[in-house]
Amino acid sequence: MLKIKNLKAGIEEVQILKGINLEVNSGEVHAIMGPNGSGKSTLSSVIAGKEDYEVGNGSVDFLGENLLDMDPEERAHKGVFLSFQYPIEIPGISVSNFIKTSLTEKRKALGQDPLPVKDLLKMMREKMELLSIKKGYLSRNMNEGFSGGEKKRNEIFQMAMLEPKLSILDETDSGLDIDALRIVANGVNKLRTKDNATILITHYQRLLEHIVPDFVHVLHDGKIIKSGGKELALELEEKGYDWITKK
Amino acid sequence: MSDIKKQTEDELLEEVTTSEYKYGFTTDIESDTIPKGLSEDVVRTISSKKNEPEWMLEYRLNAYNAWLEMKEPDWANVSYEKPNYQDVIYYSAPKQKPVLDSLDDLDPEMKKTFDKLGISLEEQKRLANVAVDIVMDSVSVATSFKETLAEKGIIFCSISDAIQEHPELVKKYLGTVVPVRDNFFSALNSAVFSDGSFCYIPKGVQCPMELSTYFRINEAGTGQFERTLLIADEGSQVSYLEGCTAPMRDENQLHAAVVELIALDNADIKYSTVQNWYPGDKDGNGGVFNFVTKRGVCHKNAKISWTQVETGSAVTWKYPSCILKGDNSIGEFFSVAVTNNKQQADTGTKMVHLGKNTKSTIIAKGISAGYSDGNYRGLVRIAKGATNSRNFSQCDSLLMGDKCGSHTFPYIEVKNNSSQVEHEATTSKIGEDQIFYCNQRGIGTEEAIALIVNGYCKDVLNQLPMEFAVEAQKLLEISLEGSVG
Ligand SMILES: Nc1ncnc2c1ncn2[C@@H]1O[C@H](COP(=O)(O)OP(=O)(O)OP(=O)(O)O)[C@@H](O)[C@H]1O
Ligand SMILES: [Mg+2]
Repeated sequence: MLKIKNLKAGIEEVQILKGINLEVNSGEVHAIMGPNGSGKSTLSSVIAGKEDYEVGNGSVDFLGENLLDMDPEERAHKGVFLSFQYPIEIPGISVSNFIKTSLTEKRKALGQDPLPVKDLLKMMREKMELLSIKKGYLSRNMNEGFSGGEKKRNEIFQMAMLEPKLSILDETDSGLDIDALRIVANGVNKLRTKDNATILITHYQRLLEHIVPDFVHVLHDGKIIKSGGKELALELEEKGYDWITKK
Repeated sequence: MSDIKKQTEDELLEEVTTSEYKYGFTTDIESDTIPKGLSEDVVRTISSKKNEPEWMLEYRLNAYNAWLEMKEPDWANVSYEKPNYQDVIYYSAPKQKPVLDSLDDLDPEMKKTFDKLGISLEEQKRLANVAVDIVMDSVSVATSFKETLAEKGIIFCSISDAIQEHPELVKKYLGTVVPVRDNFFSALNSAVFSDGSFCYIPKGVQCPMELSTYFRINEAGTGQFERTLLIADEGSQVSYLEGCTAPMRDENQLHAAVVELIALDNADIKYSTVQNWYPGDKDGNGGVFNFVTKRGVCHKNAKISWTQVETGSAVTWKYPSCILKGDNSIGEFFSVAVTNNKQQADTGTKMVHLGKNTKSTIIAKGISAGYSDGNYRGLVRIAKGATNSRNFSQCDSLLMGDKCGSHTFPYIEVKNNSSQVEHEATTSKIGEDQIFYCNQRGIGTEEAIALIVNGYCKDVLNQLPMEFAVEAQKLLEISLEGSVG
């Protein structure tokens, strides 16, 4: 599904990603861990198409197409979803209005008519139930005055509504309380199919107990310096990063 | 890409105006236009052409003499070349627009703009001046409309007609809220006003429909010096809509309208404006100068609510105001003012609290893009006798890009200590982060800006009657197209 080859990216003179190689197939869950500032969010932003970064050589292939040639909204239409580490407020726009716009735009790009309001509401209700979201939430304004945890849950709600092919969850677990973590993780698990894939960026093994990864990668200083199975996460939890980075 | 779009829109406007000649636009200009310039004779001529009674002529002459002694204000934070008042034609018969056979003859680009605005086919025909069926339609609509109003005793007509047919009402109220000498432009308007609307709602009557200048169809077109007088008698209620979201082009550069509202005891007036005067080209050439004096007076327990969405004009100078004269009266001002390219706006409101327990609310949202300059100027004055009065003001500015500016000038005077004034102001930018967030959710940049702007303006748009609100939203979208990225 996603093939990243020797991806380099930076801001002005500063190189942040220094040659990333990563392959994600449908049905898989990959976890990316790594110290603060190692480039995890940069990687997800570059995949999603944030313009701030200058992408050097290297390629990102998504379902056979060159992702780097597309506008961010086009990538979204093709099925790339990013759950932001720091979700953004859009004052005055209700969650339901935002999601409706987002879904309508995506469907338009795919040549589909907008979902009839009735079906849309039904779908929203189902997904709210899946994530134990309370009533009244739909009419609140996007992330305005949301608590940290509410913002994260709102990201996953959008993911559930948009049904992306590739979801990148950038520290979605940070800020969630113990119950919320379980609810959100359950939700993510239920949304998994053999046709979609998930990249989890996290600092904690705890999330990986709920959403079990097929692969764990360690990103350090703009490079993936180690990859392994789910045991690698346990090892990191125990020993920290020093033992790999100091090599 | 979007720059090109914007440009073609301006070109299209250009074309629409110049194409008037293409369609063979001729009227008997000779016979119905008086020479350039302003003099006592010109004022007399205007009055006699309109067949006005003596008292009206006196009113005009008095205004003219006052105007002569006045100076054009320059305190507003706008700069423009002052019009040469001797170079203006002060009276000409309503201009005829070219008559089209059907909407198919309309410039396709113009049609696109209409469609984008969601203007109904009927309305499009009216705006584009399509012949035959529309004339019939409009006559029948206007007739049934007038009948409904007449049943309730509501008077809604042109101010010229009102001067002829309801002189006692005009005489009693004209100039009572905006006196002749109020300011340079109001004096000018009082001397030479061409036409405008008059409306009277009798005691206890709730106007059954939104009164709209849309319905003045076959009466004189909006002029350069428009005059509106609206009286809501005791316990009555009315909602009045002014303007039009379609781009309005006018060869008259200078517009100086006066609007007076009178809300007698327990009356309630809601006055909504959506205005989209031609703002000039990208460099600010040729746009309309809009200098408007709008003011309402509230008697006991009365309420006046101004709502406006302004996207047009090269220079705007406008402060819809409320004089809260009666005890317990309420004044409200909800405004969205957009400036783009080289537009300049100095707008705001005045809330003058004279009665006890009076309340006012001001929600002003400015949006500046391009190289434009948006200014908010607000005055809240609470007189000594206006005990227990309250004001809440919120002035927000939204900047798009870094070439534009916005300034807020709040003036607050409180003369007693049982009253309270609250003022909040914010300035924000549409963040790249917000746009990227929307992009990531599949929403393109233009759409994202529209969404963010609509969210920002929500409190004001919510005040507009439903169909107007939808049009206003689209208008905001169009006027900001191509302003970021
Ligand atoms: N827009 C930017 N401008 C300047 N520097 C940036 C920008 N984005 C990222 N960086 C720098 O690039 C490096 C990687 O940042 P990034 O946000 O990708 O780290 P991260 O691995 O997600 O860290 P964390 O675990 O703290 O979330 C950091 O040193 C950061 O300061
Ligand atoms: Mg990060």
